[in-house]
Amino acid sequence: MASLIPCPHCGSRPKEEFTVKGAALARPAPDAGTAAWIDYVYLRDNPRGAYEEYWHHTSGCRRWLVVSRNTATHEISGSRDVVLKLSAEAL
Amino acid sequence: MTSYRLPKGGLIDRQSRLGFSFDGQSVTGHAGDTLASALLANGRQLVGRSFKYHRPRGILTAGAAEPNALMTIGSGGRTEANTRATMQDLYDGLEARSQNRWPSLDFDIGSLNGLLSPFLAAGFYYKTFMWPAKLWEGLYEPFIRRAAGLGKATYEADPDRYEKRWAHCDLLVIGAGPAGLAAALSAGRAGARVIILDEHSLAGGSLLSEAATIGGESAPAFAKRLADELETLPNVRVLTRTTAFGWYDGNVVGAVERAQKHVRHPDPNKPVERMWRIVAKKALLATGTEERPLVFGGNDIPGVMIAGAMRCYLNRFAVAPGQRTAIFTTNDSGYALARDLEAAGVQLTAIIDSRAESQFVYTGKARLLKGAVVSDAKGGKALSSVNVTAANGATEAIAVDALAMSGGFSPIIHLACHRGGKPQWSDVHGAFMAPSETRGLVLAGAVTGTTGLSASFAEGAARGATMAQDLGFAAQPFDAGPVDGDIVASPASPLWNIRGVKGKAFVDFQNDVGRKDLGLAVQEGYGDVELAKRYTTSGMATDQGKLSNVTAIGLLAEARGVSPAEVGTTTFRPFYTPISFGALTGPHHGHHFQPVRKSPLHDWAKKHGAVFVETGLWYRSSWFPRAGETSWRQSVDREVLNVRTNVGICDVSMLGKIEVCGKDAAEFLNRVYSNAFLKLPVGKARYGLMLREDGFIYDDGTTSRLADDRFFMTTTTAYAAGVMTHLEFCAQGLWPELDVRLASVTDQWGQMSVVGPKARATLQAIVDGDISDTAFPFLAAKEVSLFGGRLHGRLFRISFSGELAYELAVPAGYCESVADGVLQAGKEHGIQPYGVEALSVLRIEKGHVTHNEINGTVIPSDLGFAKMVSTAKPDFIGKAMLGREGLVAQDRPSLVGVVPLDPTTTFRTGSHILAKGAAQTLENDQGYVSSSAFSPHVGSTIGLALVKSGHARHGEEVVVWNGLSKEFTVARLCNPVFFDPANEKLHV
Repeated sequence: MASLIPCPHCGSRPKEEFTVKGAALARPAPDAGTAAWIDYVYLRDNPRGAYEEYWHHTSGCRRWLVVSRNTATHEISGSRDVVLKLSAEAL
Repeated sequence: MTSYRLPKGGLIDRQSRLGFSFDGQSVTGHAGDTLASALLANGRQLVGRSFKYHRPRGILTAGAAEPNALMTIGSGGRTEANTRATMQDLYDGLEARSQNRWPSLDFDIGSLNGLLSPFLAAGFYYKTFMWPAKLWEGLYEPFIRRAAGLGKATYEADPDRYEKRWAHCDLLVIGAGPAGLAAALSAGRAGARVIILDEHSLAGGSLLSEAATIGGESAPAFAKRLADELETLPNVRVLTRTTAFGWYDGNVVGAVERAQKHVRHPDPNKPVERMWRIVAKKALLATGTEERPLVFGGNDIPGVMIAGAMRCYLNRFAVAPGQRTAIFTTNDSGYALARDLEAAGVQLTAIIDSRAESQFVYTGKARLLKGAVVSDAKGGKALSSVNVTAANGATEAIAVDALAMSGGFSPIIHLACHRGGKPQWSDVHGAFMAPSETRGLVLAGAVTGTTGLSASFAEGAARGATMAQDLGFAAQPFDAGPVDGDIVASPASPLWNIRGVKGKAFVDFQNDVGRKDLGLAVQEGYGDVELAKRYTTSGMATDQGKLSNVTAIGLLAEARGVSPAEVGTTTFRPFYTPISFGALTGPHHGHHFQPVRKSPLHDWAKKHGAVFVETGLWYRSSWFPRAGETSWRQSVDREVLNVRTNVGICDVSMLGKIEVCGKDAAEFLNRVYSNAFLKLPVGKARYGLMLREDGFIYDDGTTSRLADDRFFMTTTTAYAAGVMTHLEFCAQGLWPELDVRLASVTDQWGQMSVVGPKARATLQAIVDGDISDTAFPFLAAKEVSLFGGRLHGRLFRISFSGELAYELAVPAGYCESVADGVLQAGKEHGIQPYGVEALSVLRIEKGHVTHNEINGTVIPSDLGFAKMVSTAKPDFIGKAMLGREGLVAQDRPSLVGVVPLDPTTTFRTGSHILAKGAAQTLENDQGYVSSSAFSPHVGSTIGLALVKSGHARHGEEVVVWNGLSKEFTVARLCNPVFFDPANEKLHV
């Protein structure tokens, strides 16, 4: 894993300050149906390459971030505050 | 002992005299010595016994790769096993002990293992000790462990300090040899922030052992001048005795600085080791090369040494390797040693150059045998002669007491491979080179295959200047000046298998892996490099095969008839050298291992005699023993009965507390709780259930509405941080359109519960307003004035025990005096403090759940909370998944009470529930006791249990079975509410 994670509010900080939640998925609508919800709660892609994850800057600004990480190289290509729109893939 | 110290030369302070001991024997050395050089200067060649065969071993190298000279240094808590004598700076009073020998280094019983060697070859433990299996624990393993071993760790605590720190720089230079120094100066002079580190005590690398001159200046003096200049630059930090152990993502390099490992009495106010995490914009790897040994018989006999190491001891430490020396080389580097030995007046008998075509013009006095090899070295605890096989096959014995060997050079590319890159075999260099893609890590000097001082200076200077320029500095490459007397050793073909070998020829010295073991591995189908490593143990243990791996790969390649490129390497991982646990731990041990959380009522509880219990980070008061009470149960029973008859006070400050504010706060809570919160009136508290998205209960607690746009939430103690994080995710990520703000106020408010029939009478004495049942009914939650307006607090009429109860929150700093005020006010009502044990008994009697029951597998209806799942709300966390088939099944485990039929019998939490008459096996398990306690109210043990269809089985006789302690109790399932099921007491 990356040693440093760029926080859009605090700058590059050690990964120990952060907590990862997992895939940055959009929450389905309440009436989206069981299949969509099972997908959201349990099923995860495990791609080799680009991946977007929710990270929490727990010991920093306490904002939730969407971090773009390459699962093969661990390279982090960017991060943004979670209020900014999720990418088209996540939606 | 004879002194092998040369009369002049070396970077040692001959005026200083450092006394040290080796295996109890007193010896002396000089400042500037390593433990290894001081031992060699004293003629001590035998310094250890090998891992498996207990063979006598000497000092093989002068650096980090040393496989043999591992010693236990220091005493008491400062005992450090497996210290490489080659890396340990000498200090006055140093105590060193050899390892893996008994009764002594010179006479070691374990060396008899050598006679058993036909049975101890590669894979012997897979074959010899196969069966019977039960002998493993009792016989084989203890035997192997005793026989094969390194040093022993101490059981005493380490008295020293360790620290960790971060550093940031423009350019990190790893290795302060010719390339590294030139790079650091080029960038540093231009103003770049540079950190340059080196694992040795002095900067200079190979320059410290070099006889060449640079601009007319001796190489060590030149290195010192460069290092001195770097020290004067305010933007440059020079770290010596510092090993970069790993290269990590984000161009972060981990390094350990051995700040006080070279002093007898470390300054207690400073760390002995400091772990650095260095964030480098650019990094340069200038780690040089490792010289390879050659695999001939007896190549491990003390007196046989790597050629470059011998040159280092000769030039840097002024130590003669022996009286009669010889050099066995595959390349020109051996001639640099030859020149230096002869210049120092050490007798050089012969140079055995494996190349028949060698072009080097040797002008010294020694015999030069071209195309010849050393097939075997002879001697026991010291080298006495070598058997040389000439080009024409003729053999001759040459008497020597020291032999240098050079099998070529392997670049030290470890760090460049730490991020997944694979080393590349190069036929040109006869070595594995760094991966082609090193993502920002640049290499310079010998590690790139560059040979010779001039080229290394130039390459380092160019790389350093370019990297600084890339960062915007106007850097110029440093010019070292003309180099004179440098013998440049161009790459030569590796020599893996040597002809005519008769004796044991070692590849991996530390693990006693011989050339035959690798052949055996290939023969038995373990020729893959990863399999061969495990089968033979080659490349394991503390040196991780730094010296041996490439040779092992070469031998595997020849045995398989392929190129080393095809064999490949095992994976390079941090750490480059062993790192102490102290450095990794830093200050985080003992009291600093984790924070201790104390409630604002901690000292108050202590004052009243509380016994504390650790729950997570918190210290909670368990019970408050009184004079005459001899067991905790007596105290807890008294506290419980006093609450039920009079009034008690309990510290509940450790509950998580979160303020939820904003005009959409009510809507927000409505979405995070499964029950309704939108219409909770101001001034009211409500019990809430928080689910996870999968429908299972996450946490519970009461939340009170203090104003239209302000709520005060409590969480369980254990989940306080988790709930806060969860709420932040919901507010920021799921519903950013809601106007809601969250603040943790756990530490700002102290909170106490005042519980029992006389709770109101007690509290009314300190609360200014009316708290009668009419004015302050069950679930009222309001700010109140206290002590005649001297303080304001928050009062909540909520109950965990089933009694008339209040929780009073006051600013943390006032907590202790308010609690004393409550005690004063309740004196006439018989108030007593009670602890978390009594709190637990009271809640089990009332059938209230905690995380014992909310175990991550229960949904609201399992605990009788079906009505707390709103059907009216369009959405809340967990709603969508609650309707799944398994969650609506009728036979789900559900909450039920359990009591023993015979009140004199008991059971324990965690015991299983079996149907009456069912065999006592886990197949018949129907659930388990989640909480239990002795209930003074019921007069026996009572329990809460999660049992299949439990809610429908009240009255059924069951067996409570504890298979671990073979206990079983006949019991009856019942209503989980043992106390006041009609809730009359709550509303008085």
